[in-house]
Amino acid sequence: MATHSNDPNAKERSQPSEGIPAPEGPANLIDTDYVIGQDNLTTTALGVNVDLHGKVFAVSAIVVMFFVIVTLALQDQVAPLFDATFSFLTGNLAWFFLLSANIFVVLSLVLIFTPLGKVRIGGRDATPDFSYAGWFAMLFAAGMGIGLMYFGVSEPMSHYQSAMGGIATENGVRTDWAPLGAAEGDQGAAISLGMAATIFHWGLHPWAIYAVVALALAIFSYNKGLPLTMRSIFYPILGERVWGWPGHVIDILAVFATLFGLATSLGLGAQQATSGLNDLFNIPDTHTTMVLLIIAITIVAMGSIVLGVDKGVKRLSQLNMGLAFLLLAFVIIVGPTLLIATGIFQNLASYLINLPALSMPFAREDANFSQGWTAFYWAWWISWSPFVGMFIARVSRGRTVREFLIAVLLVPSFVSVIWMTSFGGAGIDQLLAGTFEGEADALFVMLAGLPLVEITSFIAIVLVVVFFITSSDSGSLVIDTITAGGKVDAPKPQRVFWAIIEGAIAIALLIGGGLAALQAAVISTGLPFTLVLLVGCYAIIKGLMSEPRG
Amino acid sequence: MYNKIMVPVDLAHLDPLAKALEVAADLARHYRAEVCYAGVTATAPSPLAHTPQEYQQKLDAFSKQQAAEHGQPVSARVVISHDPAADLDAVLVKAIEESGVDLVVMGTHLPRHLGILMPSHGGKVATHTDASILLVRP
Repeated sequence: MATHSNDPNAKERSQPSEGIPAPEGPANLIDTDYVIGQDNLTTTALGVNVDLHGKVFAVSAIVVMFFVIVTLALQDQVAPLFDATFSFLTGNLAWFFLLSANIFVVLSLVLIFTPLGKVRIGGRDATPDFSYAGWFAMLFAAGMGIGLMYFGVSEPMSHYQSAMGGIATENGVRTDWAPLGAAEGDQGAAISLGMAATIFHWGLHPWAIYAVVALALAIFSYNKGLPLTMRSIFYPILGERVWGWPGHVIDILAVFATLFGLATSLGLGAQQATSGLNDLFNIPDTHTTMVLLIIAITIVAMGSIVLGVDKGVKRLSQLNMGLAFLLLAFVIIVGPTLLIATGIFQNLASYLINLPALSMPFAREDANFSQGWTAFYWAWWISWSPFVGMFIARVSRGRTVREFLIAVLLVPSFVSVIWMTSFGGAGIDQLLAGTFEGEADALFVMLAGLPLVEITSFIAIVLVVVFFITSSDSGSLVIDTITAGGKVDAPKPQRVFWAIIEGAIAIALLIGGGLAALQAAVISTGLPFTLVLLVGCYAIIKGLMSEPRG
Repeated sequence: MYNKIMVPVDLAHLDPLAKALEVAADLARHYRAEVCYAGVTATAPSPLAHTPQEYQQKLDAFSKQQAAEHGQPVSARVVISHDPAADLDAVLVKAIEESGVDLVVMGTHLPRHLGILMPSHGGKVATHTDASILLVRP
């Protein structure tokens, strides 16, 4: 850190700090008259400082209230509407989701090998804000932590079973849910195909979706000097108009997707964690338990928010990575070790071989699988991308683009391969041995088939809960930054406010019903955000081309 | 008595700091001490600066302006934080320790209703550092 003492030229440079001088290090700032926070409302009410983007905050708050009230009051009417919207999107626009996701993967992979990969996020001389361990733990916890807990066992088993079942047709239309051409009666091929399909949904594509959003935001914020909000990646297209209503709408949509995405998963997650607690401790599986669980998660998340990124979410993410690693090691060592060890390479190979066919957007014969599973997943990942992408962008300053893409794309994809192989492999192994019973809480059933079930199930529940705490924490951070017009230093009570709102919406929808309906609505935001991401691809290339490399 | 006096400054809100700045300058003259102006900034673009380098330039300009007005030797120290809303006290304490400051002059607000939930920075910094702290009310 440079310290400058007094020098004789003081008089010359002692101009009051008006206007922004060009930065010293090599960077290529975008020249705009917009001042971050210029549209913000700053006031002190009841001793609490607030600093908000008036329009984004107000409209987001009203839209949120409106949706919650409508969903609660008119549940029977809106649920079919949300569901129909969602089925229409995945049914008719599956090709669009699949094609876009392929574009994101190709762009991310190509960038690793081009000279553009040398550009450093935050300018040529920037140094990383976080160590590799802390950074990677946060990437992974934010990206998919919770999903791996739920789908790690159930998804490989589901694909395996449908592949085993073979192709079924009715009036010339396929009615089975098997991926690609299925593998009727061929056990080895069915396992291999089921694993390939699962890894496909948790591998390169979801991480490329996150990487595109995160990289676009990071470049336009840390290198170009624009505020850290979604609208900034539209600057190359909309120019100064992003500071007006077109930009407000993008930001409001991002707040909406993040808030409802978090609230619905918090509600659905509380249901699943409660069923785990019920299995383990006989705690009654009632609404009261779930509400108490959501309140507890929210309170811990608030504590973590008050502690900030370094002491809060980073430490919790690292704790979770440690626990997840222990659980993984346990399943590998105590479960079918040899099967898992050889499976990792077989499944990786199977994934790569089946990748072109699985990601083909047109002329799919397995409509149920490609629309019901793949398009659903892509819409889901994309609707989460503003939240995860913004959080990843926030913690990735100081990394080169190449380093960033390897860490956000390749490493997590490989971890997914290991995770899915271990948990899914152990589950399928038990299924073949005829010892597996149950479907919904597949993870707990699988763990029950291994020794020390009390300890491992408890760790699994803790993992689920802590993953929710980190999501609630990082989500509040992201929503607060967006509603504060890109200011990362807005007063802390605002973040606490958003955490409470997330918990409150989750509880209201849990008791009043409508969680699943609202989730369909959230995933429907995947469509507009796919367009945002495609713009992001253009913005990344445009932004990186104008940066100094090396 | 004192050799180096630190004044934490928020370049976005200088008005409430006017008194603290003057007190620091007077004390510096009295003890022939150097005044170190410390500013905390995030790595992400803020209303004041697009990059930490730009913030450093602004803080330098500010401290030189103070030197011209009051005549004491000055330095400027930019403290970078990932999360200024949460880390401010911690990074200030670290900066105080690293720069060998023996007196900190901080502007502070009057006690408020929610002071227990959200204590002022001055009080928190005082409990975590060996340097003397002078809290200046506006």
